[in-house]
Amino acid sequence: MKILTRSLIAASALALGAAVPAMAKTFVYCSEASPEGFDPAPYTAGTTFDASAHPVYNRLVEFKKGTTEIEPGLAESWEVSADGLEYTFKLRKGVKWQSNEKFTPTRDFNADDVIFSYDRQGNKDNPWHEYIAGVTYEYYTSMEMPSLIKEIVKVDDNTVKFVLTRPEAPFLADIAMPFASIVSKEYADALDKAGTREDFNNLPIGTGPFKFVAYQKDAVIRFQKNADYWGEAPKIDDLVFAITPDAAVRLQKLKANECQLMPFPAPADVAAIKADPNLKVEEQAGLNVGYLAYNTTQKPFDDVRVRKALNMAMNKQAIIDAVFQGAGQVAKNPIPPTMWSYNDAIQDDPYDPEAAKKLLEEAGVKDLSMKVWAMPVQRPYMPNARRTAELIQEDFAKVGVKVEIVSYEWGEYLKKSMEPGRDGAVILGWTGDNGDPDNFMGVLLSCAAAGEGGANRAFWCNQEFSDLLSKAKQASDVAERTKLYEQAQVIFKDQAPWATLDHSTQYVPMSNKVSGFVQSPLGDFTFDTVDIAE
Amino acid sequence: MFRFLIGKILYLVPTFLGITIIAFGFVRVLPGDPVLLMAGERGITPERHAELSAQLGFDKPIWAQYLDFLGRLMHGDLGNSLVTKKPVLTEFLALFPATVELGLMAILIATLIGVPVGVLAAIKRGSWFDQISMTGALIGFSMPIFWWGLLLIIFFSGILQWTPVSGRISLLYFFPPVTGFMLIDSLLSGQKGAFVSALSHLILPSVVLATIPLAVIARQTRSAMLEVMGEDYVRTARAKGMPTARVVGVHALRNAMIPVITTIGLQIGVLMAGAILTETIFSWPGIGKWMIDSISRRDYPVVQSGLLLIAALVMVVNLLVDLTYGLINPRIRHK
Repeated sequence: MKILTRSLIAASALALGAAVPAMAKTFVYCSEASPEGFDPAPYTAGTTFDASAHPVYNRLVEFKKGTTEIEPGLAESWEVSADGLEYTFKLRKGVKWQSNEKFTPTRDFNADDVIFSYDRQGNKDNPWHEYIAGVTYEYYTSMEMPSLIKEIVKVDDNTVKFVLTRPEAPFLADIAMPFASIVSKEYADALDKAGTREDFNNLPIGTGPFKFVAYQKDAVIRFQKNADYWGEAPKIDDLVFAITPDAAVRLQKLKANECQLMPFPAPADVAAIKADPNLKVEEQAGLNVGYLAYNTTQKPFDDVRVRKALNMAMNKQAIIDAVFQGAGQVAKNPIPPTMWSYNDAIQDDPYDPEAAKKLLEEAGVKDLSMKVWAMPVQRPYMPNARRTAELIQEDFAKVGVKVEIVSYEWGEYLKKSMEPGRDGAVILGWTGDNGDPDNFMGVLLSCAAAGEGGANRAFWCNQEFSDLLSKAKQASDVAERTKLYEQAQVIFKDQAPWATLDHSTQYVPMSNKVSGFVQSPLGDFTFDTVDIAE
Repeated sequence: MFRFLIGKILYLVPTFLGITIIAFGFVRVLPGDPVLLMAGERGITPERHAELSAQLGFDKPIWAQYLDFLGRLMHGDLGNSLVTKKPVLTEFLALFPATVELGLMAILIATLIGVPVGVLAAIKRGSWFDQISMTGALIGFSMPIFWWGLLLIIFFSGILQWTPVSGRISLLYFFPPVTGFMLIDSLLSGQKGAFVSALSHLILPSVVLATIPLAVIARQTRSAMLEVMGEDYVRTARAKGMPTARVVGVHALRNAMIPVITTIGLQIGVLMAGAILTETIFSWPGIGKWMIDSISRRDYPVVQSGLLLIAALVMVVNLLVDLTYGLINPRIRHK
């Protein structure tokens, strides 16, 4: 690792070496995969953000710990114009950039950094737009920033104004996301001069609670407490990610105290972990939903009675028990219960095969055979789609519906399942990006998303529903938005474009010595509040 | 010997070209589109898809993409990973020493144990040692690596706590890689206890990786020895009253080694396959796991260039094996 300086090595060796082991507080996290890089903007994986956006960087606004509420970050405060088109941010003063061997900042964080952080993603003429061959900004693009942000104006060194093309209520939640991390313009300029632009992605410089020290590919990432952090200082001195892809091995490492916290245990292990006196497990409902999307443009699934009947034929609790081994809950709405505007008054279609049969008869459907698509990969919202499809097959057989299970390679699956005229119902799901209801319902169920390039796999276009979403997206008052989304959920349940299957439960096993870890509803792993008893 | 060497090397050129086609074609034959995989559940508009495909060069006809690949290869450019955006060669060089270290240790264990066991089993044919060792070899050969690795971790690291669970060295030690070989780097670092830590981390994974080759080598050595032991010249040597150790060690073993060396050489391929699972279980940062991840993400540049580098390596090893024949048996190099 040529990137290390001698002094840094010496310092870290001192901090971490066997010679003086008890001085520094080291916390080891058994992470599940390698980060793709350390510049958050070009990437989309949560693992990457856990190692870049969260420890090293900050955003203008942040998600309050353990919630999806917005709080000030690098912006101390902000004002929204009455028409919802202008957001003016007052930037925090005296925020220090981190340093490394190649770079020592000469100035604090300011408006130039904010403009650079966005412009490099949105402006193709910015020299940093493609600073490494093949770099693209998928999150920036898919969150519709290019069409939403008209311009960003530097009012003065500590004030920036975002001018939007349309009112957009989720905007603040959008820019609290990892892709909107603020990077240093001065660092970029320095690397430009040195001709080592790729280091922007290898040796990150941020304003966050931890400084990046070193990464050994697929093995270890090391961070150090940022002594100059503007927020509350971390309680640990060294943060180490020991990359451990296998869940069973992560657990062994946790038990052997080779690490103190791990993500994603195998569901079957959770009971044993809970019983271990040296370990504890924190749990929380994941911000996700698994569903079966009917093709609402295909006969006979264009008839709401058929969709309702099939929903009633499905024993969802049996799926939760068998596939999730209890680590999940039955879903009745398209958004998870931890999300604001979740409409708990809605009654799920009851499991009632007899009623289902009757309803099918009423709809004039006899000897129906259909395809159910089972996705080939595991996701937190769907650990075993094949098994789920088999259970659905059994349930549907009881009401006289024959099911053929089909599957494709993942890329093909995503593509074919979005082709108009698709044959059959598709098992899929969604994990929220920013905790905004629009990030579920707008992305997955709006009319706009039913076309090419969207993700509305029911091809369900209900104008009333879509209008409610549009209204909610433009209203800035949360109470008003909540009402609109609650109404939208009523229409959704009534029209049943999906069978809502599940919301998974996220377990985080850790050593008893760990305190202060706060689970994020967004599934992030952050360690600035974590402490460890000696 | 020189002509023998040149002949062998010339033979590699068409093989290498063939491999470029296979490496390039393999990942493209698999269904799946890297751009779609990048977009995931969210989906991607056709315009954005076209834009990204063009940026990555996937919009060109397949033969043009292949010629691009060859052209860049001639300039030593193996391309950039679609996922990490980093040069494939940089990633390969960062991970490769870990796999080599693990592989060498495994082949060392397999050979140092496998050959003597095979020889002994052949000499004592039908004895309890022969029966137990060959049954053990059969079990070892059929061992599911993943299960075996986990079993060893749970027993030796979990229950007995003799060895660390995974990784290459204790996280207490921190020094920059010089050679990439942890055993060497830990010595160079001068940090007390680093070498022992690195060695203790190497034991379980290399034992797991050695299991199948060990079984194969032991069985191959035994059967080669049995064959040679039945030869006339061995009988003659015995008849002359030569000590058994000399008969076995000099006359029989040297001749039996040719098929054994072939087997050891062939185990390199087996090792690569085993390395994929072993590296995953032991969180070993090597190229086996890197390739598998890249295949599942359809990271074309990594898969095609990675395969090429691995194939080139296997070719070099095979060349070395061929040359070893020449050293052991002069008749081969003079042919």
